[in-house]
Amino acid sequence: MTLETEIEDGLASYNFAYLDEQTKRMIRRAILKGIAIPGYQVPFASREMPMPYGWGTGGVQVTASIIGPDDTLKVIDQGADDTTNAVSIRAFFAKVADVETTTRTGEATIIQTRHRIPEEKLTEGQILVYQVPIPEPLRFLEPRETETRKMHALAEYGLMHVKLYEDIARNGHIATTYAYPVKVEGRYVMDPSPTPKFDNPKMHMSDALQLFGAGREKRIYAVPPHTNVVSLDFEDYPFEIQTFEEPCALCGAHGVYLDEVILDDRGGRMFVCSDTDFCEERRAEGHRGHLSGEAMEAAE
Amino acid sequence: MYVAVKGGEAAIRNAHRLLADRRRGDRSLPSLTLGQIAEQLALACDRVMAEGSVYDRELAALAIKQARGDLIEAIFLLRAYRTTLPRFGYSEPIDTGAMQVERRVSATYKDLPGGQMLGPTFDYTHRLLDPSLAGDDAPDDPEAREGDGVPAMRVSDILAQEGLIEADGETGGEEIGDLTRTPMEFPMGRDTRLQALARGDEGFLLALGYSTQRGYARSHPFVGEIRIGEVEVEYRMPELGLTVSLGRIRVTECQMVNQFKGSAKAPPQFTRGYGLVFGQSERKAMAVALCDRALRADELGEDKFAPAQDEEFVISHSDNVQATGFVEHLKLPHYVDFQAELDLVRRMRGEHARKQGGDEAMPEAAE
Amino acid sequence: MATAHIVEGGFADPVFASQSVFRAVMDAMARPGSVLPIDAGISPPAPLNAAAAAVALTLADGDTPVWLEAEMAKNEAVAGWLAFHTGAPLAQMPSDAVFAIASNPAHLPPLTGFALGTQEYPDRSTTVILQMASLSDGPVLRLSGPGIRTTNSIAPRPLPGHFEMQWQAINDLYPRGLDLVLAAPDAIACLPRTTRIGNGEA
Repeated sequence: MTLETEIEDGLASYNFAYLDEQTKRMIRRAILKGIAIPGYQVPFASREMPMPYGWGTGGVQVTASIIGPDDTLKVIDQGADDTTNAVSIRAFFAKVADVETTTRTGEATIIQTRHRIPEEKLTEGQILVYQVPIPEPLRFLEPRETETRKMHALAEYGLMHVKLYEDIARNGHIATTYAYPVKVEGRYVMDPSPTPKFDNPKMHMSDALQLFGAGREKRIYAVPPHTNVVSLDFEDYPFEIQTFEEPCALCGAHGVYLDEVILDDRGGRMFVCSDTDFCEERRAEGHRGHLSGEAMEAAE
Repeated sequence: MYVAVKGGEAAIRNAHRLLADRRRGDRSLPSLTLGQIAEQLALACDRVMAEGSVYDRELAALAIKQARGDLIEAIFLLRAYRTTLPRFGYSEPIDTGAMQVERRVSATYKDLPGGQMLGPTFDYTHRLLDPSLAGDDAPDDPEAREGDGVPAMRVSDILAQEGLIEADGETGGEEIGDLTRTPMEFPMGRDTRLQALARGDEGFLLALGYSTQRGYARSHPFVGEIRIGEVEVEYRMPELGLTVSLGRIRVTECQMVNQFKGSAKAPPQFTRGYGLVFGQSERKAMAVALCDRALRADELGEDKFAPAQDEEFVISHSDNVQATGFVEHLKLPHYVDFQAELDLVRRMRGEHARKQGGDEAMPEAAE
Repeated sequence: MATAHIVEGGFADPVFASQSVFRAVMDAMARPGSVLPIDAGISPPAPLNAAAAAVALTLADGDTPVWLEAEMAKNEAVAGWLAFHTGAPLAQMPSDAVFAIASNPAHLPPLTGFALGTQEYPDRSTTVILQMASLSDGPVLRLSGPGIRTTNSIAPRPLPGHFEMQWQAINDLYPRGLDLVLAAPDAIACLPRTTRIGNGEA
């Protein structure tokens, strides 16, 4: 037998949802403690996954540990189902777990996301799995894990307030626009992952369970449904979200998060829904924005 | 006319096809065999096994071929495979004292029991490109010395006879840590730290080791000994009360001997920095030994001021699979966060312009 | 010989059975007081009940010491069955346990005797699985806290002595503490450390 055929024969087939059962148990235990201590980052022995660290390995490990054959999975990146990394992760689960996938927010039982929370209100029974690059909200103020762990232990979050206040003093604004820190159930300051702060209010008292996986940093945390999630702010500088002056150019939606799309090299641009499913469903219902003529539809 | 970006799936498929094409290269040339890679790029396989944490030469060769020679990508492939393997147990500690030595050098003694053995080294080769290697000339057969393969006593044991060097550390009692199974926690034990270093990126550790020689935590290192050769891997089956041999692996071990002035608790003596790596990789073993010693600053009551002494810094950034993933993730779309930043910068520029007196039009006022 | 009792009665299909049991436990932990059915088709030796056993098989393994309440620890069939199906070592002290299982909550040592985690690592705490005869016909506990929209209620029995007082003590330790899985033979409910118990009146 040649070396090549020996290897072809010898490479093992993978378990359901890729991870071995022992790894799933370890992650499941971490998820349960995360739910029991909302906002606290549970250390876990993150595994190498067949996609790079930083590309959603934490979210993928969480999803792989909870998903079952009856689930319907949606994966979004930047709010869109068709961004390359979302496509890649969705295809991974379709292959290793043979589950149904969807782009419809309402149909999904598990939604894995990077950088957005869907516009459609999530419901009881849905699970939102966030991919998290840097789970530690204090990391950029204090690079040492030994120090930040103490701060969480003592609920000593003065440093974070000082940082936000310095922003105000210097710029007249809190200059944090995404990954805006929240306090969970009055105890732990938590990083919501790099979602725009526009999405922060959706985390508060959500009907859905929110799970967060940081693979490279080896942390899992959670926000149970119906849990207080409050964005940090000051009495004289209350938290506020971004507002867009114009509605979505395709579906005409107001009060949603928009992507800026450059149309030409002369400064022409348009704003469209970042949540592609939300936008498509609105258009299917007949809503139109100012750039969504029939010609437009035909071109797509 | 705006057309939303679609077809991610097709784009990915096509990219992967192109990758496969480029991997194969010119079809008129024969495809590399795994045997050729394993035999003729043996040190590349060694590095991939070491940092991939799997001792399997053939899989390393496959990974190198699949990665088009990108060793960090190959390491990643091996790690991702390793993760899926069931774990049967832990081997007994290997005994490098019983190693069948192929190379063994000491910088601290001119001669010693077992002798100096250069083995297959680049040392003292003149780095002149060798045109004969462009062809397929068979080299001469190597010469074997009488008595090769006899266990050689460790240099550290020689120093230990006089009590001049710290003891080898205790084994047993406490369970040995395993960072692939339990989450890392700082400060770490030396066991887990050495495991992290053994998996760490050769280039990163090399640079850190080098920095200690240039005064960033100088430790007066001497190469007590470097040995390369094969050791037996044994597994104890407690239920059968039996120890069986699983085979032999090649490893490189480096024991650095470093000065230590002594403390309230310990008399002046030599201390050790230790490095052990899969395969033949002296550079890596030496770098690990230098870093290991530097990272013992707290334990030995030394001043801490240099990057190489900073455990959180060194260990958190030594893994090249993690590092390359996170650095490279910056090419993923970030337009949602960027939009949030755009909005803020525009708003602040608007306020800035108003403060400056309003009339001078800002560039984007032309929008 | 008891070997057959030890080997038989586990998950027929461990991968999918443990996934579905885990989802029930996760749901129950995320929505304290909600009762979720467990039907894993397993038959553990008495007095271990099927739901408690299913939770143990789903979550425990060689990395998680399990503490058994005295009556169970003495029962060789139970200890042997758990050891065979999970590989979990037995914890000598409640404070060493990642999981604890009690068939008779009346004989449970004080809750504060289990591992409660540290201020830095509150997750290093015991998950206590209490076997219940029923989750619906005991004294009513009114629940509130994360995972509960307004209030929820549950009526488990038999609970450990002075349960509400003991639980208040756990609440007071937050974020340290422990988490409970209440396991009736065919269903479970959870009380994570964040759940507050009011009085039983509606």
